[in-house]
Amino acid sequence: MELIKPEIGLVFWMLVSFLVVLFILKKFAFPVITKALSEREHSIASALDSARKAKEEMAALQADNEKLIRQARAERDQMLKEARDTRDHLIHEAKSKAQTEANRIIASARETINNEKIAAVNELKNQIASMSIEIAEKILNHELSQDEKQRTLMQSLLKDVNLN
Amino acid sequence: MFEEANIQPVMSLKRLFSTFFIFLFSLAAFANEEAGERTKKFDPGETVIEHVSDNHDWHIAGHLSVPLPVIIFSPGRGFEFFMSSRFEHGHTSWNGYHLDEKNKVVAEDGHSFIDFSITRNAASIMASMVLLVLMFFSIAKSYKKRQGLPPKGLQSLVEPLILFVRDEVAKPSIGPKYEKYMPYLLTIFFFIWMTNMLGILPILPGGANVMGNIAITMSLALMTFIITTVSANRHYWRHVFAMPGVPVWVLFILTPIEFLGVFLRPFVLMIRLFANMLAGHIVALSFICLIFIFGELSVGAAWGVSVVSVAFVVFMWILELLVCFLQAYVFAFLSAIYFGAAVEEHDHRNEAPHTHVEEAAIV
Repeated sequence: MELIKPEIGLVFWMLVSFLVVLFILKKFAFPVITKALSEREHSIASALDSARKAKEEMAALQADNEKLIRQARAERDQMLKEARDTRDHLIHEAKSKAQTEANRIIASARETINNEKIAAVNELKNQIASMSIEIAEKILNHELSQDEKQRTLMQSLLKDVNLN
Repeated sequence: MFEEANIQPVMSLKRLFSTFFIFLFSLAAFANEEAGERTKKFDPGETVIEHVSDNHDWHIAGHLSVPLPVIIFSPGRGFEFFMSSRFEHGHTSWNGYHLDEKNKVVAEDGHSFIDFSITRNAASIMASMVLLVLMFFSIAKSYKKRQGLPPKGLQSLVEPLILFVRDEVAKPSIGPKYEKYMPYLLTIFFFIWMTNMLGILPILPGGANVMGNIAITMSLALMTFIITTVSANRHYWRHVFAMPGVPVWVLFILTPIEFLGVFLRPFVLMIRLFANMLAGHIVALSFICLIFIFGELSVGAAWGVSVVSVAFVVFMWILELLVCFLQAYVFAFLSAIYFGAAVEEHDHRNEAPHTHVEEAAIV
């Protein structure tokens, strides 16, 4: 048959069989395939999307965690600092209290000592006085044991009276 | 996209050149015969042409061939139906018909008729159509059965091609309205590919030079032309008859060219597929013929040449594997571009790239 002259019969069979196949495939095969393909594409897209979302959530969660940890650490530091302050304060207070107490004790001790000292001095004075009186008595006794001397004293005393 | 369009012309030129060479070769052979050497010499030109032409029976090997039905419609006599084996390879006549030397049915009394025979090409088309339907039905079944699962088996072979047609051919060329044309593009792509692949098989359901037959490529191009014309919108026709943004006097030159282009595009589509596939077959067959040409000189020479020839045929065959796919792709791609031009909603400020692609691909 000739090479470049189209045969009517062949054109006919070609068109008929092509259109029949096109119709059959369009009706029964292609919708199923395109539907399955687009469904799969959608599911892949949504899976990727949800993976991305999960990743984002994870990142957010991690950020939250870090924030929490940071907060906790800050709080701990704060608490430690407070504790340290309290301790220092307590020590300081105790120290000052002890100091005042000591001062007070020392002051009172000093007072007592003073009082005792005064008492001791007074007693010493009294003893010295009584001893001096005793001594004077003894001296007087001894002096006045002679009449002459008594007369002289009397006269000197009377002399004073006369003057007044 | 551009690379493909650029490779194509080079390949078809090469092919056309070899076709031309073979034609010259066969003419020379004919001339020799005319010169009076009526010995039964091996005629490579005739052999090649016979092999790439359509036939009324499906030749397998030697004298073994499968007869095909002959269907003839003539206005006076109605339909006539018989098997081609009745002709006994052109040796006898049947019902007033016989086969001429070109394997064409002719009426002995000269009445006019239309030959609707299931020829080798028609049978081959049907075979590939059946394969196509079986393939797509099996795939559709696996899609139903394996919902949401990755493809498997045949499915995973065809799925990338379906996606290729959708994402590389239909979507970029047609645009948002691509879905309407997907069934046609898929069918035409897979039909051309399948038929081409069958065509390079040397045994039965293959071996026919289907896409190298102008009737077939004409039918395919005709369908693309009809779909383009039917789905063309106002903008398409405006671009053909009154290209916007062009001075009126230029339209006198441009409009005839554009109008011619409307028909030229499917015509080129027809020629490209036809010439490419025909040339592939012819080149492969010529290398085989070379063995027999040398065989007439001496048996030893034939054996020697056969090594080289077979190597070249294998090379051609591998090239053909690529060409089979490439031609199917190019046909589907250009069809998609024409559909795209027909349905495109123009926004006149940035329309240029599309038309350029089209013109580049036409060459």
